[in-house]
Amino acid sequence: MTAIIEHEALRRPERFTQRGLGWVPWLPPVPEGELTDVQRHALVEASRSTSPYFRLLARDPEALRARTLTDLDIFGNEEGGLPRWERELSAAAASRVNGCVFCASVHARAASRLSGRGDDVQRLLDEGVGARVDERWDAIADASAALTATPSGFGAGHVERLRAAGIGDAGIVDQISGAAFFNWANRLMLSLGEPEVV
Amino acid sequence: MSHDDVIDHLAEIPAGSRLDEIRRARPDAREHAQQSFLALLEPAAPGALGLADRYAIAAYAAILHDPSPERSRASAFYLELLADEADPALVAAVADAADAGRASGPYGGYREPDLRGEAVDGPAAAVDRRAIPAPLAAALEHAHLLVLHPRDARPESLRALVDAGWEADAIVSLSQLVAFLAFQLRLVHGLRALAAAPAAPAEPAASDLQEARA
Repeated sequence: MTAIIEHEALRRPERFTQRGLGWVPWLPPVPEGELTDVQRHALVEASRSTSPYFRLLARDPEALRARTLTDLDIFGNEEGGLPRWERELSAAAASRVNGCVFCASVHARAASRLSGRGDDVQRLLDEGVGARVDERWDAIADASAALTATPSGFGAGHVERLRAAGIGDAGIVDQISGAAFFNWANRLMLSLGEPEVV
Repeated sequence: MSHDDVIDHLAEIPAGSRLDEIRRARPDAREHAQQSFLALLEPAAPGALGLADRYAIAAYAAILHDPSPERSRASAFYLELLADEADPALVAAVADAADAGRASGPYGGYREPDLRGEAVDGPAAAVDRRAIPAPLAAALEHAHLLVLHPRDARPESLRALVDAGWEADAIVSLSQLVAFLAFQLRLVHGLRALAAAPAAPAEPAASDLQEARA
């Protein structure tokens, strides 16, 4: 029978942060030395074999591989659409709403690095998605928050506001995809383990 | 299943349309969202998490995403997949359990001390074991947690699945299935909202062209 892993002495974060966090699993990952070829292929990037998160997801390698390739194209494809930092902002906003401190730390940091707007990003973490920054930022944050609600509250008003802020339909699809993808990632990170201050 | 792309099918995106072109500009995202569907809902080797259970969980999760008791195209789609694999009594029991579990998310508590003031209360699901076998009932309760209040997840949540007979591999697949649907259903919802909004100018906005070169 699967043994659940408890981390009683863990150094836990106290709030949202842009600092790098660790993540510890509640279920046993596949040990690095026991990864099969199929599981290694599913990691896509060889360096991911050091991550307990990816080695845990490697228990379903087909799902992991497809998820990873979806992720890399939504956030890394530089052809058209939304600037990458605004896709990261969509991811950070969704993570802030769901309460995923780990995901928010990674994607807030990425948004800061790519935009040079670390102080604005910090306000999103400290004050929540309601922090007002500028019209385009607010349109993206609000649309991502609305999409994250269950049932989703994203609608025509969000589309209109994104367009009024100068974002074309390809950019809106990037915003939707970035926020939607983090509704996937947040649920895995929140339910299979927890963040750790490192 | 004959749908080449389930997201296009659920969002009713016609081939050659503007949204079809936009989706195809992210070819790996489009292709691997579909591969994720196949890996989680039509796996060649389903393992301990069988197809009927996967469709029951998907139908349940999809109904929880619906804004009203009326079935969306997506929840009707997953209910149909379930009906092909399960008897009508189970299909009805899963739909009833989902209707009983509907709530507004995300809610839940925080482990982080500085965030406790942001905690929002909401219901946990209690699925009727007389209508639904105990392992599936535990899986549906976990799906309810993941869909509506994922930040309430704790090691005990996984222990409840283990106690119901699920092992680590199946728990990972179950988690991926529900989490994937949280993505897929939002993408479908967003694409439908975008398609329904009054048309944008035919030419891309100047700011998009600048971004493309940036």
